[in-house]
Amino acid sequence: MISDNGFRNDNGRDSFTLKVVRVLHLDPFLLFGILLLSMTGMVVLYSAGDQSIALINKQTTRLVLAFAIMLALAHVSPAGLRFWSPWIYGIGIILLVLVLLVGDVGKGAQRWLDLGFIRFQPSEMMKLATPMMLAWFLSDKPLPPTAKTLLVAAVLLLLPTLLIAKQPDLGTALLIFTAGFFVVFLGGLSWRLLIGLGISGAALLPVLWHYMHDYQRNRVLTFLNPESDPLGTGYHIIQSKIAIGSGGVYGRGWLNGSQSHLDFLPEQSTDFIYAVFAEEFGLIGGILLLTLYAFIVLRGLVIAVNAQDTYGRLLGGSLSMTFFVYLFVNVGMVSGILPVVGVPLPLISYGGTSMVTLMASFGMLMSINTHRKIWAR
Amino acid sequence: MKHVTRIPHYRFRRYTVFSVFILAMLALFWRALDMQVINQAFFKQQGDARHLRVVTVPAHRGDIYDRNGEPLAISTPVDTVWLNPGEFVEAKSDVKDLATLLSLDKNELLEKINANQKREFLYIKRHIDPELGKEILNLNLTGLYLRREYKRYYPSGEVASHLLGFSNVDDIGQEGIELAYEDWLKGEAGAKRVIRDRLGRAVDDIERISSAEPGKPVYLSIDRRVQYLAYSTLKAAVKEHGAVAGSAVILDITTGEVLAIVNQPSFNSNDRSQLKPGTYRNRAVTDVFEPGSTMKPITVAAALETGRWNSKDNVHTSPGYIRVQGNAIKDMKNYGTLNMGEIILKSSNVGISKIALSLSQDEQLDMYMNLGFGVDTGSGFPGESVGALNTGRLGDFERATMAFGYGLSVTPLQLARAYAAIANDGVIYPVSFMRLDKAPQGEKVISKKTSKIVRKMMQRVVSSEGTGFDAQVPNYNVAGKTGTVHKFVAGGYAEDRYLSIFAGMAPASNPRLAMVVVLNEPSKGDYFGGQVAGPVFSKVMSGALRLLNIAPDNLKMAAQKVRSGQA
Repeated sequence: MISDNGFRNDNGRDSFTLKVVRVLHLDPFLLFGILLLSMTGMVVLYSAGDQSIALINKQTTRLVLAFAIMLALAHVSPAGLRFWSPWIYGIGIILLVLVLLVGDVGKGAQRWLDLGFIRFQPSEMMKLATPMMLAWFLSDKPLPPTAKTLLVAAVLLLLPTLLIAKQPDLGTALLIFTAGFFVVFLGGLSWRLLIGLGISGAALLPVLWHYMHDYQRNRVLTFLNPESDPLGTGYHIIQSKIAIGSGGVYGRGWLNGSQSHLDFLPEQSTDFIYAVFAEEFGLIGGILLLTLYAFIVLRGLVIAVNAQDTYGRLLGGSLSMTFFVYLFVNVGMVSGILPVVGVPLPLISYGGTSMVTLMASFGMLMSINTHRKIWAR
Repeated sequence: MKHVTRIPHYRFRRYTVFSVFILAMLALFWRALDMQVINQAFFKQQGDARHLRVVTVPAHRGDIYDRNGEPLAISTPVDTVWLNPGEFVEAKSDVKDLATLLSLDKNELLEKINANQKREFLYIKRHIDPELGKEILNLNLTGLYLRREYKRYYPSGEVASHLLGFSNVDDIGQEGIELAYEDWLKGEAGAKRVIRDRLGRAVDDIERISSAEPGKPVYLSIDRRVQYLAYSTLKAAVKEHGAVAGSAVILDITTGEVLAIVNQPSFNSNDRSQLKPGTYRNRAVTDVFEPGSTMKPITVAAALETGRWNSKDNVHTSPGYIRVQGNAIKDMKNYGTLNMGEIILKSSNVGISKIALSLSQDEQLDMYMNLGFGVDTGSGFPGESVGALNTGRLGDFERATMAFGYGLSVTPLQLARAYAAIANDGVIYPVSFMRLDKAPQGEKVISKKTSKIVRKMMQRVVSSEGTGFDAQVPNYNVAGKTGTVHKFVAGGYAEDRYLSIFAGMAPASNPRLAMVVVLNEPSKGDYFGGQVAGPVFSKVMSGALRLLNIAPDNLKMAAQKVRSGQA
């Protein structure tokens, strides 16, 4: 891949387009992937949302907003991001505590904070703030980290995780834990410790089970055997598998997915939109879509590998891998290899919050890639 | 100058991340391949099972028309509401809306649904107006469905209910023509494959497996106008005379077609709640009676056909009774010496007995059988009775009583058919409830000459000197015979319970119609056949002749009336 980031023609002078890209601090590869993905998303959403123009308009507005945030963050240098990391993290933790105290209850969980003019989900903010904080913390420590460093990192990681798990929002808590964990892992968590943690984590599963809510247990049970309750909790998985399977190799064609359009498929424009896509565009469409995602993830990882400082490298690596985890969890859930957790399909599912978060993380990746020190030349 | 802390390269770690990424990606690809190629057929079939349904397309039941194409039974589309209690999980307020729309009791409906949780099909209400059906569908209740059905409607109501019978709620013929022509009327239900959404609403038809074959229409021989006239006249007479029941049949003698067939008591076939056993019997076809004196012209015909008897031949009936095998046969009074015509005119039991006993048993009974007694009329009407005619070795007394209509039984339709044969110069046709284009294959059972003579004799009955005076029809000559029969009840013949009968034909000089009227147990005033059944015959026949545009054969009578200022 491009490693010197030299956007220049053979004659050594920058073209106009490349000038624009450079001035705006954009990464053309990432930009291309994101734009293609968002446009694919609109096409699928039009079908999944029963061809509602209002839905598309709303989603477009969000996309534009999210793009603006991406552009803004791309302008902030990694040093700036690094500087603000502890502040954002600190404010996020305070807000999480506030949510637990005075938050709005929605769908049986306290996740929202009403700031008067906007309803705000602090846990979403923590998806970025947690890896930022850990990257900030590890960036000026000797690596691989010492035991003391790791202990502090564990506290920084578990604090938001547990606060969010308490809401309760186990899915988001796990995703945030994952994002933070990636930072520690990339920072040099020793393999021995990692395996030890893995084993004790597995041993703790029964304890976790004990503390889980009924609906969470249900989801796990349903995942293990969806046919046990085909009309109840297993319905989502069965229907979505049927929709995907009905697509076959070539798909039923855009707007022709019978399972999706006849209301058999639940949450068709949000969490289960991949099933609509797979039914209408088939295996070929599915593979192309997954390849596009893979391209974006790989580009992110390349940016991380080429990052000039530890902060950028750790944050970039974590953000890219988290993006992939979103994809994997969503597609895995919709295709029945993972339990049902409320994770949207990145950049395609209808909904604003996750789109803003994702675009913000792309903005940071672009920032990491475009604010290079001259010495690298 | 490196002022930034470079972290170690962690090559192994980097490769681990890439490998895990590649493996996870492959897992997703494999999963897609698994679902969309390897097991695709299974998922597709599962999907189809969810949204494809084969639904039956009900066939429109054939309509029934009278001979002029007037509708007697028609099918209109209706909707039936049913639900799948297992799928039905709606809130109480929805049940309330449903109950209100269908005018059902909400609590009863809820109870019914709860009591049938294990079932998959539960009728909520059958045969509702399709407009209401649309409103029900708009409630959008899960597990609630509509089914298209057809409901039978009988425009003539009670007038033709015995004839037409009825079909049940499942549109299957139960009685009458509906039952007799079930296979012809019912049609073949079709089937189609439809796409249904989660709520079970048909979204789109995709394939017609077999199209619904509508039932074929039936054109009856009935003339609705004559049917109405016969019905209202009979009904009025039954009421006037306090009779328990009554029947009337009119046949077109040139083809054997039934033009009208009515009974009392009747029922309205549009309102099944009225349905009581005993009211829906088509008595003219299913109930038998002893024909009494209406047999006498037939016995006379049998005698004339032997060639040993002549219409002028005299019979001594003094002293007004005879003893046969120790039993007395009596006349109303001593008529002295009567010729054959006078025996019919006066209705002399003694005279007709003597004539019958002069015949062999075969000569007498063959005539009865040839005229259709004891055998099927060929109408094919469900539940039709063939009557009773004892054809074993008979004693003289039995033969004598048969000669004046006791000891054998017939249906009104059989009697009408026999009279129609006499009217048709001795050619008998099978009875038909279907409209015929031409006369069917008939059977010559009486000579033309004998038929004419008997008709002439019967014409005298319907004159000022005869018992059938009240059966006269203005402008037309009528031939007929009255009958007043003691009802046979347990233990013998009842002294005070009668059947009043009139059987006749018109116009007598060139007959077209034959008609039989029977009133069962008139209880108010008159009970003689001529006085009770005769006026019914007169009114209905006169209307029928005019409706059917049959030329009058007795304008002399009208002219006389005009001259004397009576018209």
